Amino acid sequence: MPEANPPRNEACVTLDEDTSLYRRIEAEILAALERAEFPKEAIFAVRLALEEAVTNALRHGAAGLPNPRVTLSWRVEPTRVTIVVEDPGPGFNPDAVPDPTAPDRIHLPSGRGIMLMRAFMTRVEFTPPGNRVIMTLDRPSASQPHQRTM
Amino acid sequence: MAGKESRLRVRKEGGITNIEFVDRNILDEANIQQIGEEIASLIEADPNPKLLISFSNVDHLSSAALGTLITIHNKIKAKRGQLRLANIDPQIYEVFVITKLNKLFDIHETSQSAIASFA
Repeated sequence: MPEANPPRNEACVTLDEDTSLYRRIEAEILAALERAEFPKEAIFAVRLALEEAVTNALRHGAAGLPNPRVTLSWRVEPTRVTIVVEDPGPGFNPDAVPDPTAPDRIHLPSGRGIMLMRAFMTRVEFTPPGNRVIMTLDRPSASQPHQRTM
Repeated sequence: MAGKESRLRVRKEGGITNIEFVDRNILDEANIQQIGEEIASLIEADPNPKLLISFSNVDHLSSAALGTLITIHNKIKAKRGQLRLANIDPQIYEVFVITKLNKLFDIHETSQSAIASFA
């Protein structure tokens, strides 16, 4: 008898503010990473960056829309995981986001999401006008631990 | 917050309020908000708050959780209280380092070390 929901290594889903749906998709992505034997540091990194990207898309990109929804696409390959998050908003300039580590901003409770995405993923690219982000993480090699972009 | 189960384990000893998280991952926004409100209540109720937050059960958190911690830090500072963080997993500690919040918070490797550091 075929498995009802065979494990996937890629998918494209629409997310709304229902966190239980997000958690199911997140669990699916993390399970795919575990099947591909990505190290725990990489799984931690993806989990964090994914959360930040989706939160930003829903909270900022889709904010103000009557039924905020974002699209999440993901693919786990033997040596790379790719995540794409897109929102229907007008976009923004990611280079204009203030440095959250600046002395006049360190006490502010928000503004660290993009910094963490860039720190933990191998590559983070925002497609103009900024409402689509493509994040990749390359499997670290044994001799070359994961190089973070800062 | 009637009927909502606490997200914290709280124990007061020697004037220090020891806090641990029930959840292994502090990511869910509803949980983060409840955590912030619970800790804010503890701070408000104490004329001289000395809080130790232990991350011994935590294996993941988000920037929203960091934001809540900063708000807690700001509230305690406003009351001239003291806050210590302890037992932080190395991967989570890296998040504090990247965001330079390891300079804002007084972070200790163990609860014992944190407790000894309170004035």
